[in-house]
Amino acid sequence: MEEPYTRVSMPYKGSHFTNEEHMLGTTIMAVEFEGGVVLGADSRTTTGVYIANRVSDKITPLSERIYCCRSGSAADTQAIADYVRYYLSIHQLDLDDLPCVKTAAFICRELCYSNKDRLLAGMICAGWDPLYGGQVYTVPLGGTIVRQPYSIGGSGSTYIYGFCDAHFRKGMSREECIEFTKKAVALAMTRDGSSGGVIRLVVVDKQGVSREMIAGNQLPVISAE
Amino acid sequence: MSQFDGAGGGFQFDLLERNEKLKEKGYRVPVARKTGTTIVGLVFREGVVLGADTRATSDTTVFDKNCEKIHYIAPNIYCCGAGTAADTENTTALVSSQLQLHRLNSGRESRVTTALTLLKRMLFRYQGYVSAALVLGGVDFYGPHLYTVYPHGSTDRLPFVTMGSGSLAAMSVFESKYKDDMSREEAEKLVYEAISAGIYNDLGSGGNVDLCVITRGQTEYLRGYAKENERKFRKPQGYSFPIGTTSILSSTFEKSFVPTPLVSDPESSSTMAVD
Repeated sequence: MEEPYTRVSMPYKGSHFTNEEHMLGTTIMAVEFEGGVVLGADSRTTTGVYIANRVSDKITPLSERIYCCRSGSAADTQAIADYVRYYLSIHQLDLDDLPCVKTAAFICRELCYSNKDRLLAGMICAGWDPLYGGQVYTVPLGGTIVRQPYSIGGSGSTYIYGFCDAHFRKGMSREECIEFTKKAVALAMTRDGSSGGVIRLVVVDKQGVSREMIAGNQLPVISAE
Repeated sequence: MSQFDGAGGGFQFDLLERNEKLKEKGYRVPVARKTGTTIVGLVFREGVVLGADTRATSDTTVFDKNCEKIHYIAPNIYCCGAGTAADTENTTALVSSQLQLHRLNSGRESRVTTALTLLKRMLFRYQGYVSAALVLGGVDFYGPHLYTVYPHGSTDRLPFVTMGSGSLAAMSVFESKYKDDMSREEAEKLVYEAISAGIYNDLGSGGNVDLCVITRGQTEYLRGYAKENERKFRKPQGYSFPIGTTSILSSTFEKSFVPTPLVSDPESSSTMAVD
């Protein structure tokens, strides 16, 4: 005998996106310029195939003039950023001055390396300090630390290695660095399914911190589209 | 040393290993009561509205048709819970009591970020094994706040949020109708529509719509704001059928229990076995 009704299976049994971990399938980057840094990121946060947040902020402050870009597990990177912010705030009281970017990056590295078997976190620490000016430090998955003139990270970065190698020049101005970051993140966002939403930009230098948001429908025009 | 000697309390996961062994041997593992849920939150001009359905399920069975999923955190802060019912209830209760003590110590109103930090620290410590997916909302000194908290301990701050298995249905309503600076009436209606979308389109959600409207200095818990699934055609005085309404076609009687002697008697045991 035929079933009179269509049987619908329960959708929330077994593996379902509501049970999956919150991930930052991401495009993040940071660029040094004379006397400061530019940080850029997309704004997509996913749980499995669902976009849990389309306007998230992956550029998190660690101190007044130091920021970090987060990629990997949202829970892990938020916890790391919270710890670094806490340690830096105490260090700042001891120092009675702005902490060094290197210090922030090394605290970040220490947490990532000593808990490497429990964490999924790729971070870029960047900022400005009175001693060494603008600096970019990368702390990848294993917990090593590298200073770079510019750094890209997250799943979307694989699409823009060629672009960045071709277009990065040493000694770019503040405005040139902003344009470079915008274009690179926009390119990654269009090719990487796990990246998207808006572009968030943070510029840190001696004068202070400025933020910019480029809406998803106002991304830099890319040729052949 | 006994397993109960350690101080500090908290959760124990010893039974997890046993359950894995039982699973290997082919036992069907009993599942916890899950709230396949639609929960939402929305910020409006003067405050926040939280909303939830009222269905609690265990596997495919509806366990409770009218459960409460909007939990008390503080007089000015409430929290919707999705995931395992026991986990959402206990995590919110634990944080609620910590905040109560903090209020008694400080003599000040609780802040939403404090509740958020306590929740995310606890959930991160348990690495996602405490399956509580939360929507946290409230109004404090700094104004209205709305957050989502995921079981692994990550958080988001947004003007409108949805969670649970019905979150897609609810989010589609929010994405198409949300405006900045809505009035209280507009906000209540939109949250009600979002929860209804979950109730009607998600198998894990159902029952009634509960709302909680929090504004500065005032909280209104609207339990049963809308009753979408009232039983119809029920007689107010109930049903009574005369004996014999269902005809008896045949009947047989059997002994359901055969008593055996407590002390075995070697002489009578052979004759006692069956009648």
